[in-house]
Amino acid sequence: MAQAAIELIGINKSFGAVRANRDINLEVARGTIHGIVGENGAGKSTLMSILYGFYQADSGEIRVGGKPVSISTSNDAIALGIGMVHQHFMLVDNFTVLENVILGAENDALLKSSIAKARSELERLEREYGLEVEPDAVIEELPVGLQQRVEILKALYRGAEILILDEPTGVLTPAEADHLFRILKQLKEQGKTVVLITHKLREIMAITDTVSVMRQGTMVATRVTKETTVGELAELMVGRRVLLRVEKGQSEAGAIKLSVKNLTVKDQRGVTMVDDVSFDVRGGEIVGIAGVAGNGQSELLEAISGIRHAVSGEVMLEGKPVDLTGKADPGELRDRGLAHVPEDRHHVGLVLAFEENENSILGYHDDERYLKGPFLNVDAIMADAKDKIEKYDIRPGNPRLRTANFSGGNQQKIVLAREMEQDPGVLIVGQPTRGVDVGAIEFIHKRLIAMRDQGKAVLVVSVELDEIRSLSDRILVMFAGRIVGERGPDATEGELGLLMAGVEHQEAAE
Amino acid sequence: MDSFNAIVQVLDSTIRLSVPLLLACLAGLYSERAGIFDIGLEGKMLVGAFAGAAAASVFHSGFIGLGMAILISVAFAMVHGFASITHRGNQIVSGVAINFVAAGSTIILGQAWFQQGGRTPALQPDERFEAIVWPGADVLRGVPILGPIYSELISGHSILVYFAFAMVPFTWWVLFRTRFGLRMRAVGENPAAVDTAGISVAWLRYRALICTGVLTGVAGAYLSMVQNGGFVKDMTAGKGYIALAALIFAKWKPVNAMFACLLFGFLDALSIRLQGTPLPVIGKVPVQFMQALPYVLTVILLAGFIGKAIPPRAGGVPYVKER
Repeated sequence: MAQAAIELIGINKSFGAVRANRDINLEVARGTIHGIVGENGAGKSTLMSILYGFYQADSGEIRVGGKPVSISTSNDAIALGIGMVHQHFMLVDNFTVLENVILGAENDALLKSSIAKARSELERLEREYGLEVEPDAVIEELPVGLQQRVEILKALYRGAEILILDEPTGVLTPAEADHLFRILKQLKEQGKTVVLITHKLREIMAITDTVSVMRQGTMVATRVTKETTVGELAELMVGRRVLLRVEKGQSEAGAIKLSVKNLTVKDQRGVTMVDDVSFDVRGGEIVGIAGVAGNGQSELLEAISGIRHAVSGEVMLEGKPVDLTGKADPGELRDRGLAHVPEDRHHVGLVLAFEENENSILGYHDDERYLKGPFLNVDAIMADAKDKIEKYDIRPGNPRLRTANFSGGNQQKIVLAREMEQDPGVLIVGQPTRGVDVGAIEFIHKRLIAMRDQGKAVLVVSVELDEIRSLSDRILVMFAGRIVGERGPDATEGELGLLMAGVEHQEAAE
Repeated sequence: MDSFNAIVQVLDSTIRLSVPLLLACLAGLYSERAGIFDIGLEGKMLVGAFAGAAAASVFHSGFIGLGMAILISVAFAMVHGFASITHRGNQIVSGVAINFVAAGSTIILGQAWFQQGGRTPALQPDERFEAIVWPGADVLRGVPILGPIYSELISGHSILVYFAFAMVPFTWWVLFRTRFGLRMRAVGENPAAVDTAGISVAWLRYRALICTGVLTGVAGAYLSMVQNGGFVKDMTAGKGYIALAALIFAKWKPVNAMFACLLFGFLDALSIRLQGTPLPVIGKVPVQFMQALPYVLTVILLAGFIGKAIPPRAGGVPYVKER
């Protein structure tokens, strides 16, 4: 048995009330590639930041090469031979490759000798690992894949024996990702230890020796990759939680209310996030979009609700097109019967510094009901807010309370109440129950089904598989920006898990 | 020959007038390259000018004056650092506050110590930095063309003038050839990269501000001990702001900064020269117009002629460790 390169024992870390890491134990053997999987927010990045000295653990012990160590700064980590490739590259964009490589690892006060040394070192690393990159190129002119290579070179230049990569393939094209994996295998052959953090199971199966699964801040399992399956990992990752199946009758799908055709969306970096997606949502049905976070669901929702620019395709709302330039007037879409509960209620859905009653009319504030001449009709707004508080059981029931003081579940109810009570024809909901406690989840699900039974078209995007299965009349699975399958509500978790991991998609492509 | 001599004289005063701008501009370059906006250049120059003149007249030494100017100016720079680096305050607010404190405190202390209406006593020649006459300047004065250029433009300035111009290549060398310069440029672009490389962002930014303080101190000393024979209230008269304009104009590069400051100095010299002199065709130009010219020029040139001036990307943003 190879000696452990890293051991983490009983690591705890909290940010305020949020426990990002709870009693984490982890052992990574020397000369292996160890994967750490988990959904976004499971605490993977926090754990690795602790190992790299970016954060300090509240309690617990770290051992490197068998010796207990204290890592209080990145410098300590570097000295222990730990290198990290961050998800968001830590590069100076207008510096050359050489300048970035030597930054913080200069020989002496003048740059000349450092640059000469780095130049010859880069040549050596290029020969040994196939890490080619032009030393005098300026970072911002390099493609993302090469920028990442510079990050790896930075770590190796500092003598890293243990390399941590945080979601390394998120920004890469498949070809670039394959190249990265070849590099990682080469590093392993040279005796380096690689820790790969990801939420993409395909990568784990393709490249790791062992894999640990994190969920909600805890380490739930460690497996030898060869002895596990994507299905098992998906289950461990998503978690077999108490099934909250809400009672619902058969859906009576009516006319098409929302139609998406060949929609393609790119993000700021030009990476295709939504790739030629088409589907319809009919009145009286709930369509659920399942998928591991980061596979284009957010961008899809934003494009449909007119917030994000779509490269091509069309979205028809009740038979009329939606402006997809990203400059659509949300007010106009609301008037046309589109209600949108955004994924990120803190930044998009609510103004946290506002009082509850103000948030409960936000976006509809120029509706005649809330106006008295050119002014807001405070009495009407208050009455309306109290009405919603009662109907949606928002607690505490004080419309004058600052929204920030409500719990996550109640904040979500404020948004839902606002959007649902407008009686929209089409309701699109992103992560309806993220950060919402169990009781409120049931309530929210019931309201969504009630909307369906009134003949509304409901589109739900969620990373919670249970939620999708319990709510949806039809389930669409998104992977890497595409819809890779459609299933009925009786699809099994394993079946959907495989689709979400892109497995079927992969096989079909080959 | 008259017009040639006039040109040499204008250029000579261009050099003299651009020195405080150049020092302040380079001072701003250090802090802004490190990601700290410094609108308080004006205030730091002012306290430098006051401290320099006051110390020189009390201790009868130009060098003690210069040292004191630097010391006080650096102290003010550290206040800016404490507010905007350690406490992550708004850099503009902190800079403006420094300007106010500088304007007020120099007058109050000047009046309290010297009772001359906020002025410091007139400095004696040995308390100032005298002009250095280069060898052969007097002999060569008679030589046509080269004579006046050598004896007027090159020779006959105070040591601080030569210091200011020597700072241009020196700053370039520091920025692009030393470890400190590399790290300083990096921290102004992406402090997280510096932090993850195991370097203290705060200490690096403090050191950049020390450089800023030293240079504004020298700039202040130049104003009150070379250009003028003592401190007069508000004697910086907006030079700190012009220096900031020159810095943008120069796209945060040292050699460009020198040319930008020479241009502004030239406009200043020209406006003094042309006061009351009617120009052909245009006639008499109001002096206010000439004084406004540097600012108007900055706006026009920035708006279209020099291309986009991209400031250091992390400029003005306090560094908070987060992911």
